[in-house]
Amino acid sequence: MTDLVEKVIASDVRAIARLITLAENNAEDAVQLMKQIHHHTGNAHVIGVTGVMGSGKSSLILELALEYRRQGKKVGIIAIDPTSPFTGGALLGDRIRMMELSTDPGVFIRSMGTRGMLGGLTSSVYDVVEILDAAGMQIILIETVGVGQDEVDIVKIADTTVVVLMPGLGDAVQTIKAGLMEIADIFVVNKADTPGVEQTVAELEAMLDLAAHIERRTPIISTSAKERKGIPLLMRNITEHKEYLIRSKGYEARRRQRYEAELIEIIRKRLMDFIFDEDKLKGVVDCCIDQICRKELDPYTAADDILGKILK
Amino acid sequence: MHTKENTKPMKHQSKSETQIDQKAVTENPEHRSFHKNLSNLDIKTVYTPDDIKDLAYDVDLGPPGGFPFVRGVHPTMYRGRLWTMRQFAGFGSAEETNKRYHYLLNHGETGLSVAFDYPTLYGYDSDHPLARGEFGKCGVAISSLVDMELLFHNIPLDKITTSMTINGPAAIIWAMYIANAENQGISKNKLGGTIQNDILKEYIAQKSYIFPPEPSMRLIIDTFEYGCKHVPKWNTISISGYHIREAGSTAVQELAFTLADGLEYVKAAVKRGLDIDAFAPRLSFFFNAHNDFFEEIAKYRAARRIWANEMRRLGAKNPRSLWMRFHTQTAGCSLTAQQPEINIVRVTMQGLAAVLGGTQSLHTNSMDEALALPSEKAVRIALRTQQIIAEETGVTNTVDPLGGSYYVEWLTDTMEEETYKYFERIEQLGGVIPAIEKSFFQREIADSAYRYQKEIEERKRVIVGVNRYKLEDDLGIPLLQMDEKGEERQIHRLQKLRKDRDNSAVHRHLTDLRKAAEGTENLMPHLLSCVHSYATLGETCGVLREVFGEYKESAIF
Amino acid sequence: MEKKIRVLVAKPGLDGHDRGAKIVARALRDAGMEVIYTGLHQTAEQIVNTAIQEDVDVIGLSLLSGAHMTLFLDVASMLREKQIDDVLIVGGGIIPEEDIPRLKKAGIAEVFGPGTPVETIVTFVKQNVKR
Repeated sequence: MTDLVEKVIASDVRAIARLITLAENNAEDAVQLMKQIHHHTGNAHVIGVTGVMGSGKSSLILELALEYRRQGKKVGIIAIDPTSPFTGGALLGDRIRMMELSTDPGVFIRSMGTRGMLGGLTSSVYDVVEILDAAGMQIILIETVGVGQDEVDIVKIADTTVVVLMPGLGDAVQTIKAGLMEIADIFVVNKADTPGVEQTVAELEAMLDLAAHIERRTPIISTSAKERKGIPLLMRNITEHKEYLIRSKGYEARRRQRYEAELIEIIRKRLMDFIFDEDKLKGVVDCCIDQICRKELDPYTAADDILGKILK
Repeated sequence: MHTKENTKPMKHQSKSETQIDQKAVTENPEHRSFHKNLSNLDIKTVYTPDDIKDLAYDVDLGPPGGFPFVRGVHPTMYRGRLWTMRQFAGFGSAEETNKRYHYLLNHGETGLSVAFDYPTLYGYDSDHPLARGEFGKCGVAISSLVDMELLFHNIPLDKITTSMTINGPAAIIWAMYIANAENQGISKNKLGGTIQNDILKEYIAQKSYIFPPEPSMRLIIDTFEYGCKHVPKWNTISISGYHIREAGSTAVQELAFTLADGLEYVKAAVKRGLDIDAFAPRLSFFFNAHNDFFEEIAKYRAARRIWANEMRRLGAKNPRSLWMRFHTQTAGCSLTAQQPEINIVRVTMQGLAAVLGGTQSLHTNSMDEALALPSEKAVRIALRTQQIIAEETGVTNTVDPLGGSYYVEWLTDTMEEETYKYFERIEQLGGVIPAIEKSFFQREIADSAYRYQKEIEERKRVIVGVNRYKLEDDLGIPLLQMDEKGEERQIHRLQKLRKDRDNSAVHRHLTDLRKAAEGTENLMPHLLSCVHSYATLGETCGVLREVFGEYKESAIF
Repeated sequence: MEKKIRVLVAKPGLDGHDRGAKIVARALRDAGMEVIYTGLHQTAEQIVNTAIQEDVDVIGLSLLSGAHMTLFLDVASMLREKQIDDVLIVGGGIIPEEDIPRLKKAGIAEVFGPGTPVETIVTFVKQNVKR
């Protein structure tokens, strides 16, 4: 199996794809492999792309990828779409915008469902980032869903977070969640070929004026993926942000944040798997829940009981 | 002894006698509870004058040939002239299709209709790498004026009208048709026919787009302008609902989205500065004839009224600008591969609905079309179906025979109401093109398609032979076999053409075309020069591809 | 282990009819699978590369334009060349009965013609997935 790791490092496409699947499926073998993978990471610049649905994230990512390819960089793209909480299935359609990249050997695109019950980024995304990094991708673009918790969670994993808006949403800036506004390292107003651009940019500037003291003023870039305008400027800003991070020691802080989040996520998952495993504590948990329903037990005491069993 | 007085019918004594006997209904309950038509509208047991009590004949219906044209665009309709029997046809090489055209004409069809293969629909020559495996499979391959000449060999283009189902490269194909006619000594102003040329529904449904919306609209208005001035008998657009329906929409959606598209074209042409009364009389439409018999008839009638009203609102003064003239094709998506002969029955019902709905032109599908392109026998039966409707049923003896039916008039009004609701939603989204970019139509269609599929699988709707009345050993029927050597011949023809023609002239005209495409002049004269010099479809379209770019869609389920 | 069946729904060639492909994609999603849709106008190379990157268990090819003998076989042979033999390949669309034996010989496990209930397709996939 270790030669799977070797193949990944050698950028073998099938190996990369196979390892991602193992990690996503939480396979036992995956853990051993991921342990080895970690040593080969650290070179990729991870760019999270988030924002409202319909703002053209996929097209923007396509144009960015094409530009990075022109610069000779290898690009990994992770496109995340929501998994249905009812059926467990997912329609992963982001890739459709990027199909011209399918035959470029310097690009690896993987579509993922959120698969999580609570939303937010699952631990698999951390794994996939590490795998693509180890496989030699210098740029990793992550496209998140656009609704739900994961758009804010992206900041835990990305070195640079790009928040994409578009004009014509009326009081666009107010309607967008506050959290989303705060996590942006770069704002992009996409679809700048449609009316209302100046207004949206002005609204953003006004909002930034009011923000608490921050060291770096978040840049606002207008782009039109359709007309291929603004992309080089966006890329320059991404590079500048990376340089800023390195200068201000922010890079290490971000990396630290990512590994912390990843560690927490791995532990959380292991804990949950353990607790809800049929052979382990699921029976006990179900029993507790029944008792809570009958008011024989309260949730806190139940937690004490369960954690007590684990920590013994 | 019976006297005249004794046999006079008695007047109803009380109002309750005009209602259904509820007691009888309770004793004999309806055997099905699902009575929604294909637009998801609930249909009542019976319709009465109450359902149309606000209907005023003069205002809401008018006579046939009179505003708002609900009863028909001409006063005498089929008594004056039958609908055109126009069978969509095309496969393999131009010479093969030419034979089929002669066959159909000999068997009584009264207009031609060209189906092109996929490479042609996308503006690629038959030897382009993307044409691999696709040559002639779902239509005829036309790569240059040479093929156009072969396609219409021995067919008098001044005596017959031709409809061509082509969209992305419509202007180029039209230029080839005109050039061919000119070479035969027939001047442009004698040519009659239609090009589909309706790009908006491509983005929505048929998906054979090439360029993005803006340059595509420019090309279309170029054809309107050119047609007005030089080819006055030509319908430069066939605003289509057929494909929207085939993609899975309901009848109401088909109606609403088609008319919305139509109004968009009108507005674009007016914006360019064209006089509405100059081009509007040459706008034509193309609808589906699907299974729900009365719904389809009501749809066509509602369409005429809505169009007449909207065109008046947009400032049209010429009565001909208010006529909604349309071609109909029976629903391809309703044909089954199982027990294919019974498709003949479906097509008959659908064709009849189109006729009762006042269509100007009709294509009836062949029974084998769920499996392949039509065989000679199958297409002959399809043509005979129309001829029987025309000659034997008596439905052509009077105009709009269903006018005044409580059900049909109610349904006509209801479909109009539902259409206006859609018009409002489209307005709110900013208009047709913004709505396309927001995937509004595509989502509505995908939802309707999925719902319909679910209804069939849940047996709420029965499809005979598919989910009921199935046959275990379904014996197939002989299918059309195409000439396997056709592709080889075509490729040789193309190679020879590229060698024999005046290549410097071709180069010159393509360069001029590029310059013009980058600017704003009307491209038709340049396209004509290109095709006359035997530039190929791929070369001509290739120039436009480079200047205009290509359109990419997003995924909507 | 949280294994999901991953399916690639692909439209090879120039055929623009996507009503069926989209309905099948939706039904597979409703059956708990992860469905990647390629969109229109895909070459065999694009389809196979996508299938590899996405590590799919199933490839569903949809075609109504009559070009299946060329394009389906292209995909099948490219997969063979790359020694990919653990992917279930199925096809759908307008495919005459007489062509099916050759397609099956080339590795297309099943062909679903017009009128096939989506449930049949879902069940087949679930029962015949190789991994």
